[in-house]
Amino acid sequence: MAGLELLSDQGYRLDGRKATELRKVQARMGVFAQADGSAYIEQGNTKALAVVYGPHEMRGSRSRTLHDRAVINCQYSMATFSTAERKRRPHGDKKSTEMSLHLKQTFEAAILTQLYPRSQIDIFVKILQADGGNYSVCVNAATLAVIDAGIPMRDYVCACTVGFVDETPLADLCYTEENGGVSSLALALLPRGGQIALLQMDARLHQDHLETMMEAAMIACKGVSKVLDEVVRQHLQEASALSRD
Amino acid sequence: MKDTPLSNCERDFLLKAIEEKKRLDGRQTYDYRNIKITFGTDYGCCFVDLGKTRVMAQVSCELVAPKETRPNEGILFFNIELSPMASPAFEPGRQSELSVKLNRQLERCFRNSKCIDTESLCVVSGEKVWQIRVDVHTLNHDGNLMDAASIAAITALCHFRRPDVSIQGEEITVYTPEERDPIPLSIYHMPISVSFSFFQQGTYLLVDPCEREERVMDGLLMIAMNKHREICSIQSSGGIMLLKEQVLRCSKIASVKVSEITELISKALENDKKARKAGERCGFAESMPQERITALKMDETPVEMKNVTEKAEDIVKKYEAPPQSVPSPLVPAPGVGQVGQGQQNSWGLEEEDGESEEEEEMVVEDQPKNKLDQGECCK
Repeated sequence: MAGLELLSDQGYRLDGRKATELRKVQARMGVFAQADGSAYIEQGNTKALAVVYGPHEMRGSRSRTLHDRAVINCQYSMATFSTAERKRRPHGDKKSTEMSLHLKQTFEAAILTQLYPRSQIDIFVKILQADGGNYSVCVNAATLAVIDAGIPMRDYVCACTVGFVDETPLADLCYTEENGGVSSLALALLPRGGQIALLQMDARLHQDHLETMMEAAMIACKGVSKVLDEVVRQHLQEASALSRD
Repeated sequence: MKDTPLSNCERDFLLKAIEEKKRLDGRQTYDYRNIKITFGTDYGCCFVDLGKTRVMAQVSCELVAPKETRPNEGILFFNIELSPMASPAFEPGRQSELSVKLNRQLERCFRNSKCIDTESLCVVSGEKVWQIRVDVHTLNHDGNLMDAASIAAITALCHFRRPDVSIQGEEITVYTPEERDPIPLSIYHMPISVSFSFFQQGTYLLVDPCEREERVMDGLLMIAMNKHREICSIQSSGGIMLLKEQVLRCSKIASVKVSEITELISKALENDKKARKAGERCGFAESMPQERITALKMDETPVEMKNVTEKAEDIVKKYEAPPQSVPSPLVPAPGVGQVGQGQQNSWGLEEEDGESEEEEEMVVEDQPKNKLDQGECCK
């Protein structure tokens, strides 16, 4: 690990990207016919699948129904083959529960839950290949799936991870960059209003650099939102072309 | 056991008070409650009182085999126990959301920020390393468990002494505290977490929420920093939307608070070191005659009541007493009874306007039809 230059002198990273470049995003909506909404997204080598069921009647504990809004139930899990070493416990461990809580919190802020009182919306996300930025890719996949399900949201929820190396913020970290001891900031943003739905940062970062990091993260999220918007419009065009025929 | 739900009037009262910048215990918006740190007899045990919130942290160590991926680093393990002693809402055994959240936050705050030199915990590379285990127990929950837990954990780690070890060839000798003085851990920096609670969709901000304020808050932002102004961890929770300026402002407030708290911790550690050197008896048994731990006494700062505009007596005087008699029931149609008129429709639906709009539309529709008829008649 020592000697890996995360940012070369010419400004290139390990995979040849520049500091502010995002990885290639490819996404498809409506992958499953069974679910109300589904989406598959590939951001570089990280692949995630999201499925949305709802809004439907509250299942499980009726006592958790809220009288004025919908309950959002998220489950985050990683496939056992998603990491370099086989994962023995894909869900139920602390990290996955924490991620599920964060996803729930992010979407509770974005989905217009007031329109569906006493009901439940399920969001299931699974990481098929983990190569850095797990949380961000999950959020992007879940956004597309929620849009596919037709559930109204305030805005696209776009997320991106940003790292800090040699006084430069690096957008969209991959696995080697994340584990290289770089301070990484994950941000989930509603691009139009510039509102932050979730902010998470690990590792030491001096307070003065916080503003630059957040700016870089917000710009990266806006870039992601443009890509997601393209995907949604294209999907709509395809769907309407099919229905016309 | 389920917690008693918060009544609506209590919630409204708290929110209204926060709007007028008043808190229940008389603090200012950016004030912390009184922090008291006490140590136990053993090294590595400390009690922290944050107002009425009380937590205890205990550090212990053990020689174990290291992880395969990191053969020359020691292992750090953090654990927060939410015992039912702290609050009736905590159930034993079941891992609730709050416990997962606190555990993960504590782990991220300390482990990822590398506050302890784990390489110094290695005894024999690949075979034996020290596993440092920090257990935090919550004894009383009056809000802001995260901050109290972080202060307790870092103080306990600074206070802890591990046994001395010497290696001679293949043999490892672990000395007892009587044979050789135990060694403190090498700690690079002290991360302290500061919690900010947001109310009314982010308009109002409070530092160090107490339990009541936690129940009415919209969301929480936790910033962990050390006194060198390095941010160790940021975590936003609850479904709030933040703006970049709010986060930056919070980080500035946090740096001020963290330096104050670090001062306090260093002073407490100093005092304890002096007391132990002087041979004074220390520990919980000692604190009983002085009633330090077993008593719960709080100095309450009185809330400023000078600019209170509405008073309960005035409100009661303004409104007339409710009618003594109940209106008599009417019988509009056989089989139907009616008492009173009912109140204003509060569902937010504008039924009357909708109906009048419909009537207007119908009127408008009638007219062209009439015109058509007239036209046809003319023809």
